[in-house]
Amino acid sequence: MIKYVLKRLLQLIGTLFVISIITFLMVRLIPGDPLTTLYGIEDSDPAYMAHQREVYGLNDPLYEQYLRYLNGILHGDLGESIQTHKPIVEELANRYQYTLLLSVGGTLIGGALGIIFGMIAAVCHNKLGDSIVMVISMLAVSTPTFFLALLLQLVFAVWLGVLPSGGMRGLEYAILPMAALGLHAVGMIARTTRSSMLDVINQDYIRTSRSRGISKWKIITSHAFRNALIPILTAIGLRFGSFMAGSALVETVFSIPGVGRFLIDGVGNRDYPVIQSTILVLAASFVIINTLVDLLYALVDPRVKYE
Amino acid sequence: MFDKSVWRRFLKRKSSIIGSVILLFFFFGAIFGPLLCTQDPLGQDVANMHQWPSLEHWFGTDYLGRDIFTRIVYGARISLTLSFTGVISGSIVGILLGVCAGFFGKAVDSLISRLLDIMLAFPGLLLAIMIVAIMGKGLFNTAVAIAVFSIPGVARMVRSVVISLRSSEYISACRVMGASSLRILFTHIIPNSISQIIVNITLNLGTAILTASSLSFLGLGVQAPEPEWGAMLSKAREVVRMYPFEALFPGIAITLVVLSFSLVGDGLRDALDPKLKNRS
Repeated sequence: MIKYVLKRLLQLIGTLFVISIITFLMVRLIPGDPLTTLYGIEDSDPAYMAHQREVYGLNDPLYEQYLRYLNGILHGDLGESIQTHKPIVEELANRYQYTLLLSVGGTLIGGALGIIFGMIAAVCHNKLGDSIVMVISMLAVSTPTFFLALLLQLVFAVWLGVLPSGGMRGLEYAILPMAALGLHAVGMIARTTRSSMLDVINQDYIRTSRSRGISKWKIITSHAFRNALIPILTAIGLRFGSFMAGSALVETVFSIPGVGRFLIDGVGNRDYPVIQSTILVLAASFVIINTLVDLLYALVDPRVKYE
Repeated sequence: MFDKSVWRRFLKRKSSIIGSVILLFFFFGAIFGPLLCTQDPLGQDVANMHQWPSLEHWFGTDYLGRDIFTRIVYGARISLTLSFTGVISGSIVGILLGVCAGFFGKAVDSLISRLLDIMLAFPGLLLAIMIVAIMGKGLFNTAVAIAVFSIPGVARMVRSVVISLRSSEYISACRVMGASSLRILFTHIIPNSISQIIVNITLNLGTAILTASSLSFLGLGVQAPEPEWGAMLSKAREVVRMYPFEALFPGIAITLVVLSFSLVGDGLRDALDPKLKNRS
């Protein structure tokens, strides 16, 4: 077990390393002078530009530049925004909490509703309840997150006026964005729950329990659900990771100053240090969460083989 | 292309028929749009802006007085072309990578597998945003983003199919009879994985439309004044309180097309692989 955890952690470090190489190379792939794309320095005087290139170490070999970049990351230095000239780390630290809050909330809403819907569908297999749940989940998966967010905003903030329509000044401001993220995930989680529950329900020991007169709901909640949990957890974990990246859409609709919005504004302003850092942070969060989900299996199911 | 029993199984499901009909409807609009719509999708009519749906303007008009129905029909053209070119070119690359990895094994396999792992380390939309950040906005670059985005899924699937076929007995028999690797590849392995590839492409088309419209909604994909659904929604968002229909119609269009691709994809998967029936 400890060996498995260590192995996964080593893999994680390897992946984070590769992500940092990619974000480093990414800005070098952008057409134009790195002095301009990275530091926002533009001048018609070639002597001045050459001097600046020397100052920022852009004449050094690529691997030295990368090591400097990596060193910066490890010391919490992600450079400055070209637009605002403020350290990106400060901005990110401020914004990360919103994105994290939305992702956690979205995962909880999506996970809870998805599991409930999936269980209803499995219990009513091939009956009306099953069809209704399946139709709802197909619709939820197919509706773009931003459209769902907009509909929620229109109904609950504009027409009913029960929740704020945008901004982030309290927990009630997070409800609609969380719901938008969560509802989109309900479909996938419900489908996974349904099919993994059906797999379990059709096994012999469940039939035996039924013949012993144990009620259907009791079997579902105590036996079947526990054994069906692994694929369900995977589905939920994967959603959580992609929420971090997909939050840009919801943050745009609800005007929330999160990391996703920072990235989109960065692309709009061609603020490459910001783009580089936000992609680094979002991709790193995604792989870290996925590793944590993998490690969670160990707790839920001792049968998982750690090879 | 498939034998009759596949079509029979496909058409037995109501959901596959519904999906196919909706898709045919959108394809029809995309191909014959100019014949159906008398109005210009880019033609502005400022005197008639923000008109509610009427007999003259079925879906109303937008902030520049452009007919929303016409723009949705022309938008089908953009969305479908974008997703088809993106997904199909990405899938071709994915198939090649998957076949190479599965067929040659060893160093080639681990190299390609690591490459795919790295691509999968970036969540879909983030990968697409990254590509647009490097290459710039616009129609072509959105298609490239979709192509790159669809590579790893197809490649992994093809790789696993190839590996499972490679160790099967009839392939060993071919080898014993002296068939070359390339011959086995083209006469056995590719024809045997084609059904899974088609299912995968169909399901990816829906995701591609979601990604493309998300990019355009964020202002990073197809740019105004092109009638792209995501971009239309993004503009309509500003006036959604007063004129909700302007956001509603493009949103419904995206949902319907994505839904239909999933219904058709699911139907095809079940029809092509009867063993999986009644499970998912």
